Amino acid sequence: MKTLADLKKIREKAQEEMKLRGGNVRMKIVVGMGTSGIAMGAREVMKTFLEEIANRNLTDVLVTQTGEKGLSSMEPVVDVIEEGKEKITYGNMSPEKVKKVVVEHIVNGRIVSDYVVATGN
Amino acid sequence: MSLKRIDLLICCGSGCVSAGSLKIKEKFHEVLDQKGLTSEINIIETGCMGPCDYGPVMVIYPEGIFYKKVTVEDVEEIVTEHFEKGRPVKRLMLQDMDEKTIPAQKDVPFYQKQIKVALENCGYIDPESLDEYIATGGYEALGTVLTTMKPLDVIEIIKNSGLRGRGGGGFPTHIKWKMVHDAVADQKYYICNGDEGDPGAFMDRSLLEGDPHRILEGMMIGAYAMGASRGYLYIRAEYPLAIKRIKMAIAQAHEMGLMGENIFGSDFCFDAEVRTGAGAFVCGEETALIHSIEGNRGNPSPKPPYPAVSGLWGKPTVVNNVETLGNIPTIFRKGAEWFASMGTATSKGTKVFALTGDIRNTGLVEVPMGITLRELIFDVGGGMVGDRNFKAVQLGGPSGGCLTTEHLDVPVDYETLKEKGAMMGSGGVIVMNDQKCMVNVAKFFMDFCVDESCGKCSPCRIGLKQLYEILERITNGEGKEGDIDELIRLGEAVNKLSLCGLGQTAPNPVLSTLRYFRNEYEAHIRDKACANKVCLPLMHFNIHKDKCIGCSLCARKCPVTCISGSREEKYTIHQLDCIKCGNCMEVCPVKAIDKIAGMHPEVVAHKIAEKKALESED
Repeated sequence: MKTLADLKKIREKAQEEMKLRGGNVRMKIVVGMGTSGIAMGAREVMKTFLEEIANRNLTDVLVTQTGEKGLSSMEPVVDVIEEGKEKITYGNMSPEKVKKVVVEHIVNGRIVSDYVVATGN
Repeated sequence: MSLKRIDLLICCGSGCVSAGSLKIKEKFHEVLDQKGLTSEINIIETGCMGPCDYGPVMVIYPEGIFYKKVTVEDVEEIVTEHFEKGRPVKRLMLQDMDEKTIPAQKDVPFYQKQIKVALENCGYIDPESLDEYIATGGYEALGTVLTTMKPLDVIEIIKNSGLRGRGGGGFPTHIKWKMVHDAVADQKYYICNGDEGDPGAFMDRSLLEGDPHRILEGMMIGAYAMGASRGYLYIRAEYPLAIKRIKMAIAQAHEMGLMGENIFGSDFCFDAEVRTGAGAFVCGEETALIHSIEGNRGNPSPKPPYPAVSGLWGKPTVVNNVETLGNIPTIFRKGAEWFASMGTATSKGTKVFALTGDIRNTGLVEVPMGITLRELIFDVGGGMVGDRNFKAVQLGGPSGGCLTTEHLDVPVDYETLKEKGAMMGSGGVIVMNDQKCMVNVAKFFMDFCVDESCGKCSPCRIGLKQLYEILERITNGEGKEGDIDELIRLGEAVNKLSLCGLGQTAPNPVLSTLRYFRNEYEAHIRDKACANKVCLPLMHFNIHKDKCIGCSLCARKCPVTCISGSREEKYTIHQLDCIKCGNCMEVCPVKAIDKIAGMHPEVVAHKIAEKKALESED
């Protein structure tokens, strides 16, 4: 490392690695991991999100989990939260549906209305 | 590459490690491995998070959830409930006075009045990762300094920030730097003083362990300003983790080109190495420290010449404390004005304190200068343990002094504390409740200083021993009229005549307790009574005949069989033989045994008789 610009490059990369601790997050994906969610395959859904987002190197997207959301009949349930926009809740998710949501919604900003079960709070 | 969804930060500061955080970390690895979650969750070992009393503590991101007093048995539950099902474990969260649960670290009351500058990253980053330090803005200050500033500009910024030495003396940092900058020499040295020795102080240790790169960055900025190309970090051998981490940081910085030749493409070259101290308190004194690095006996030498003129191997040298260095990178990143906006007229910025004693939130805190003792002890520290009242606080360790309830509203800054008879010192804060005997406290610190006196100058070597013997006499019930005056006379003489800071400040605990608690000394000497029943010769145990049920348990548990009696007559302690171990009081099922202040009349009579017998022999 010889210049401040070199340092900046390293810093930006390192900050991405630390984004869980409060970095620059554009979008948050929250997977409902209550007992019924897990029974319906929420773990696979979560894993697929993690893989797809890592593969596409989407550094400003954060995946996390929450407990039972009270929508047991539509599990696995996933919220997509974007700063300044309405919360989108997808239901009856599967790994295949996750891949579509990542491509359409997360990357291109087009909500996959077929899977949406609720919007707003 | 795999994407992580949880950052688990486990505090591995000294307090939490001794409470078992390393075992908890192992258990997490084991459980996550079993469940196949290792690729989703980051386990990070951090430096001290501060609230040592709650240890082992951990913080879980992205939510920032704070768990306290975690045990190995809790790990399984945290993983299955929190990590798998997204249900944070409520029972491990902190509860406030009203039993309200506080899930997030940012809402914990302990942190509310704190402003973290030197401790900014401590407990937040992985100290063994250079990348994480860089992510928080690390080495940016050094890069800016080396590529855009002249040495005198750097010194000017430190001057404007008002930074003063955090090791105890409070000497303005920029003056030291300027002196060495102005000196003409073929070689100049920069030393980081990590020989932290005050009982109860662990801020330097925590900084070196929790954020080692910050210290190196601060050092290099200073070295550039004064034209030094070599540095030493003097760290005591009792801090093996600090030594390991700083050595690792030096190696990482070299590898990355942040240390060594032509740093940031400039002409500045710098290299640092660690020297381990053998744990002598006096080696925290700068001249003694320099002798120790040179390979000589760690004895202080008279000043002047000051190290800035003739220091390590006779060359101009600056010695700065670890915490002082920890402030420097942030001053350059956020500006001197920002730093100077905190604090009082003469003391700027923040200070790290190690809170210990009879206080709820023992631990490491960083607060703005000028905060009142009341805020520090009752708001940040959470007040006294149990229902006890505050009595006194010892500031500045064995070199400092104690302050009382009447001082609770004084601002904490260098000048005010000195004026009141205490000192900032390195930042040890020992809080004492109303059960403490101040004569005994003074004796404790004097004992420490007698042990740690290097013996080079006689006022310290002999004077402190004399002071200790008088205190011992007083606490043994053999104090006599005139002892108090003698303590003051001797204390002032040792203060004036000693060679170095150790001796000059060692009488402070005696002098300050005499200033505020003279009545306790008088009671010890005249009434032969220790009101708080701490000094054993000046108290005794007594069995209440009307409460005693004659069970004989006390007599059976007495190690010197000095209790006798029967079911009918009840039991009595033979005061002359009693060693005051307190076993009887502990085992009594009906609490019929009490501690009573003062010598028992029988013992007094016996002492008088003994004395008379001695006199008649003469």
